[in-house]
Parts: sequence; C-alpha cells; structure tokens
Amino acid sequence: MEVEKVSEETLKEISREMFVVRDTGVKEEGERLLELQIGPAHPGSGHMRILAWVDGDIVVRCDPDIGFVHRTIEKLSENRAYIKTIPLVERPSLLDTTPMTIGYVNAVEKLMGLEVPPRARYLRTILAEITRIASHFYGIGILSIFLGHSTGYMWAFGDREIMIELATMLTGARITYAYVIPGGVRRDMPQNFPDQLEKGLRYIERRLKEWEKIFLMNPVVERRLRDIGILKPEIARIYGVTGPNLRASGVDFDVRMAEPYEAYDEIDFMIPVAEEGDAYARGLVRFKEIEQSISIIRQALKKIPDGEIISPQISRLFNPLMKKIYSESRRVKLPSLMATLKPPKGEAVARVEAGRGEALFHIVSDGSPNPYRFRFVTPSFRNVILFKYLIPGHRIADIPAIYGSLDYFPPEADR
Amino acid sequence: MQPTQSSSVISKDSDLEMLLHILENKLQNIIIRLYPDKSGRAIYIEVSPDKIKDLALKLLELGFEHVKSVTGVDYPSENSIEVLIHVGSYLRTLRKYIVIIKTRLDRNNPRISTLTDVWPSSEFHEREAWEMFGIYFEGHPDLRRLLLPEDFEGVWPLRKDFHIRTRKPGEVEPPWK
Amino acid sequence: MERGLERGSVVFVGQIDVFVKKVISSLIERRPVKDIIEWGVMYSLWPVHLMTSCCGVELAAGYAPRYDIERYGSLPFVSPRQTNLIIIEGTLTRKMARVARITWEQMADPKFVIAMGACAIDGGLFWNSFNIVRANEVLPVDVYIPGCPPRPEALARAILMLQDKIRSQGVKREDIELLERYVGKRS
Repeated sequence: MEVEKVSEETLKEISREMFVVRDTGVKEEGERLLELQIGPAHPGSGHMRILAWVDGDIVVRCDPDIGFVHRTIEKLSENRAYIKTIPLVERPSLLDTTPMTIGYVNAVEKLMGLEVPPRARYLRTILAEITRIASHFYGIGILSIFLGHSTGYMWAFGDREIMIELATMLTGARITYAYVIPGGVRRDMPQNFPDQLEKGLRYIERRLKEWEKIFLMNPVVERRLRDIGILKPEIARIYGVTGPNLRASGVDFDVRMAEPYEAYDEIDFMIPVAEEGDAYARGLVRFKEIEQSISIIRQALKKIPDGEIISPQISRLFNPLMKKIYSESRRVKLPSLMATLKPPKGEAVARVEAGRGEALFHIVSDGSPNPYRFRFVTPSFRNVILFKYLIPGHRIADIPAIYGSLDYFPPEADR
Repeated sequence: MQPTQSSSVISKDSDLEMLLHILENKLQNIIIRLYPDKSGRAIYIEVSPDKIKDLALKLLELGFEHVKSVTGVDYPSENSIEVLIHVGSYLRTLRKYIVIIKTRLDRNNPRISTLTDVWPSSEFHEREAWEMFGIYFEGHPDLRRLLLPEDFEGVWPLRKDFHIRTRKPGEVEPPWK
Repeated sequence: MERGLERGSVVFVGQIDVFVKKVISSLIERRPVKDIIEWGVMYSLWPVHLMTSCCGVELAAGYAPRYDIERYGSLPFVSPRQTNLIIIEGTLTRKMARVARITWEQMADPKFVIAMGACAIDGGLFWNSFNIVRANEVLPVDVYIPGCPPRPEALARAILMLQDKIRSQGVKREDIELLERYVGKRS
C-alpha cells in the first residue's frame, strides 16, 4: 500500500468539521439538538472522538468514534513469526504489558503443548501483578486529570514509578518487557529482588492510606463521581463489560478466578466488588484491587519454588554457549530454532485478566512459521460500547468524569 | 483446520461433560457438530449460516449472555470466510467456558444475519468484522466503519488477498526507501 | 497645523506606520530584542495534549514527579492556541495524522515538533502497517527521539536540545515575518 499524502483541501474541509460546534438543525420533540464533537485532541490518555448530541446541557445521544491508533496488529502478525509477535502484542496496552504477553504466549503454548516450569509460572504472576498495580495507578492518575485534580495525577504517577522500578529490576526494561516467552521467562529474579519488592509494597500500602484521605474522601472527587454513570449489573452483563468496570457493578467475574492461568490457582485472593456501579465505585474497585495485588505478590514470593525457568523442551535445544549463559547468569538466550517456530495445525484460545479486564487471544495455525490468523480482543475494545449507552442522560461536564472512570485506553481499544 | 483431538488428551471433568450433554440435547437439530478443545475450556460449535439466530437464542436461554468477539478467518483456497463468534457468560456455572460458534460463508458474498438483537454486545465487533472482512450483517442497526479512516480504499484489509510489505530474507534496507 | 511648531522642533514627514514597521523589524533582528524573544520562547515550550500513541505513557511519566520535565520550562497544556510544541508520541496513523496536522496549523508561531519513538521516525515495529504515516510526512520535525518507547530522560534531553537549537539558530525567519505582519497591521 502506498502511504497517502493528505491534501490541503481535505485538511481544510476536515478542520471545518472537526473542531467546530455546529448546529445540525435536527429537531426532536420540539427541542433543538446541537452536535458536539469532543476530541480527538483532549487531555487524557490517547485519543478518541466522542460525538455528543446535546439538548441544552444534557447529552441526548452519544457516539464514540475510535480508530485513531489503529495499527493493524492482527494483520501484521500474519506476516511475522510467532516469537516476533510478542513485542507487537505488548504495544497496544503499554501500561500492563505482561498480562497481554501471558495471554498470547499461553495460546502458543497450548498449540505446541509446552509445559511451563513452576518457577516461571510464579515469576510471570509476580510481574503481572506488579504491572497491574502500575496500570491501576495510571488509570487513577488519568481520572484525576479529567477531574482537574492535579495532585492525584502527580501522586499516582509518582507511586507508579516504584512499581516500574521494581519491574525494571526483574526484566531490565521500564515498560516493554517481552519477559514472557513460550515455555518460560527470559530471566530469573535477582538476589536482592524480594527485599526490594517487599520494601516497595510496604511503601505502596502506606501510601494507600494517604490516598484514601486525598482522593477517596475528598469531597470534590465524591461530588464529581458519586451517582454519575451508573451501570446496572444486568446491563453490564448484556453489554459484555469487563474488568473493574464490571466488578464495580456487582458482578464478581475475574478470569484469574474463573479460569486460573499461571499460578493463580495456588494463591488465595479476593475479588473486590462494589454494588453501586457509579464512577466512584469504579475508582474504589481499582484501589481495592491494588490491595489484593499486593497480597498476591507477597504470597507468590513466599511460595515461589526453586528450579528451572524455561521448559526442558526448549532448553534441550540450547547450544553450549547458551547453556553456559543460562547456568551462570540464569538468563535465557532463545535458540535460533525459535525464530522459525512452527506450531502444529490447530486452534487455541487463551484469555487473561489484564488491568482493564478480560483479554481474549485466538490463534489459528496452519503449520507455517507465521500465525494464519490471530484474533486479539482487548478489554478496552469491549468497554467502548459503554460510551454509547452510559453517557446519554448526563451533563456535558460529566463526560470527563465518566470517561476517566472507565479507564479507557485508546491504543488498547484500537489495537 | 480442526484441532487435533483424541479423547485421551481432552481433560474432561464432570462439569464439562454435563454442559456438553445439555448443549447436545438442546442444539441437536440446529448445529452440525460440537467438540471441546484440549484444555476443556473452549467449546466449538459448527453451524450453518441460516441457523445462526436459532443457535444464538438457544445459547442465550442457557445463560451465555454476551459476545466476547465477532471476527472472521479468510480461506481463499476454499473460497469461504469462516465467521468466529466467541460467546461467554458471567454466570458462576458457565464463566469458565467459552463457546466458539463457527460458520462458513461464501467469500464472494458473505452475508449473515446480525446477532445484535440477541446479543447487544456484538454491535461494535460486527462493525469491525464488516470493515475488516466485508462480512455484511443483515439487520445491523448501524453498520459502518469503525477503526479505519473514512476515506480508506482498497479491499478488506484482513482478507488474505490484501498484501502488506514484507522484508525479504537478508534485506537490510527497509523497502520503502 | 503649524500652530504648535516652534523653532528647533523636528517634523516627521511620510507615513508613520511604514516607519514604525521598519523600526520594529530592524529592532527584532537586533541583539537585545532578539535575545529576549529567544529566551522567552526557549523557556516556554508548551506541548499540546496530543497523545498520538503508546509513547504517551512515557510522556505522562516524564511530566510526573520523578522526571519532572516541567522544571525546564515545559508544561503540557490543552488548547492548541496557547501552545507552541507538538510531541508526536509514537505511531501516527492516517486518521491521526490529519488531526496532528490540523492541530499544528492552529498553533501560533513560532512552533516546534518533536517526534518521539521509533514509530514516529520510520514506523518502528509497525513499519509495514498499511495504516501508518511517518511524522516527517505531515509535519516539519525539529528533534527526533529514538527508542521504543524512549525513556522519559530522553524526552527531557529532547526538550533541552530544542532549547539549544533555538539558542543557536534563533526563531525561524518566517516567524519573524509573521510577527512583522502582525505589527504592521496594528500600527
């Protein structure tokens, strides 16, 4: 495909349409409706356009216009080897990359029938929970920006750095780890990692108490969020809403519990549920999930067994140099055979609970080095429908509060 | 493209067997065949395109109340497009299973009845399947572009005859230069 | 007319607006005024909120407490009218490229563009995607930051490099012409 240059006339025409509030002249029940185009350039995470038809100050109809970050990951993966698709899967949701890679790698492992050693499963779980905490802090920070609560943004991103620093210790990268590979993980944890992790968790626990004072009990936050965007459980079920947004509506669905993957079936944890279903409950559930994640990490650290971090099916392909590196520094160099990994014909489905909800991976393999078809459904894409059905009936000023509380991340939804 | 299945590999537990039994009884006149995958968590159902609505209604009755994904797989050699619909449930008994509906459409004129009136959650997924594969969902309330730019031209991008650039083996310079 | 004139006073002949324009345009080119303009632009590089893609995560982290790029005189702001810097964070899709271009056209001169991440340079991981545009095809880029994603330190470095560029090369000529036109209209 040739990359098309945008002509001047098109730009002018679009600029007229895009940023101007225009009167559509639509008359419904004697009232005049205004078409209001919110975005795509607006403060927040990533970009989408919300078309709202307003009657006075009340939104009557709402239509999300997404696709500003559509990078055609499903198409690209059809031309890329299985291993090279792992970084591709990370990019849509750069906040919680590990659950996404776990899901994809699980699907590949199901295709190939690889067994993952227990230590690798625990390491995956620990990293997934670290990124979950980071992802929830990011969501809270963005919600704070939407509410004009600058302190919330500064605190959330400051606290997020602790978790990112811990993940850097484990993997060597800030946010794009590509840590999970078919059959295991790339590195073992460093000697001082458990101590540092415990230190970080204690800090986060202490901060959560302060967060309660500055955010959850803040009267401004409460008034902006309480009784806004109420999502009833039966509606949430029908629209297939997922993640903390679903659990804030009183449905205790979590893939970690429903279909345990990695080490989650050996760990005790609770699913925080709120009954109200409003924007405030969605924020609250995220805080409660951070507490649960801390407990999961502690248990995983306590239970983590010694042993291999890569499946013997992979490690027997190592050449002598790789074996030396692996035995000395516990780091996995992928054998060249992995580059042209050819899983047998078949189909595999895997799903994981990412920070924002359930992610679904479906791989169709035809026995070639590239996936024949890779279907990748992200939680944000499933939550897009809420913009259409949750916002109508609210005032324009409530749109940012609802948007922020949904923790919607456009690159993730558009893929 | 069927999963290699042998009964010894499939980890059947009593819950799964009961669910399979219920599904087989309830759907026996509608579907072509039904089989679980190796892990015993995904249940594939093959159905002909004209029966898809009956199947959807029956599944909704059972408690599968939302759609996780609607998409297609292109098979140009067989001149057909396979529609994949992942259906799930938040009910405690059913939440660990995914039902995957498979149906084959003619590649030159892929038309299928919409499922938005049964499962409202499939609205955006069907719009995506329409712009990516050209699968026309009859009766969809608002079938238009979702992700691609408004002026996108060309064939349906996720079909196999839509080619993107690839690097030849040994090629160092990116091909656009 | 000549009532107010006394011996020794100066009479200006000609068009006053042309005169003022000439004086101002020559003053703008001269050292003290030029320096003040450059100094002002250098330390008020306000990027517009235009998170094109996933590098926006690192941008957000960059302006957060740990890296605090705000101390270099850069603060993300909402409206394109009050900002003078676009940071293209990562992949620019065809749909988003138009938005970026429109936002750029709405901004007041002098304005600058930073292309952040491998995707904005040559496509990065998504080099063969049919839906992406390279940043330099739609906008004049001043500074590129490599990395996927670049660390927030790299973004801070880019801001400093842009300040260096303004210090050494000055504000662009066409910007001064625009300023002249503005001053000319006023007088």
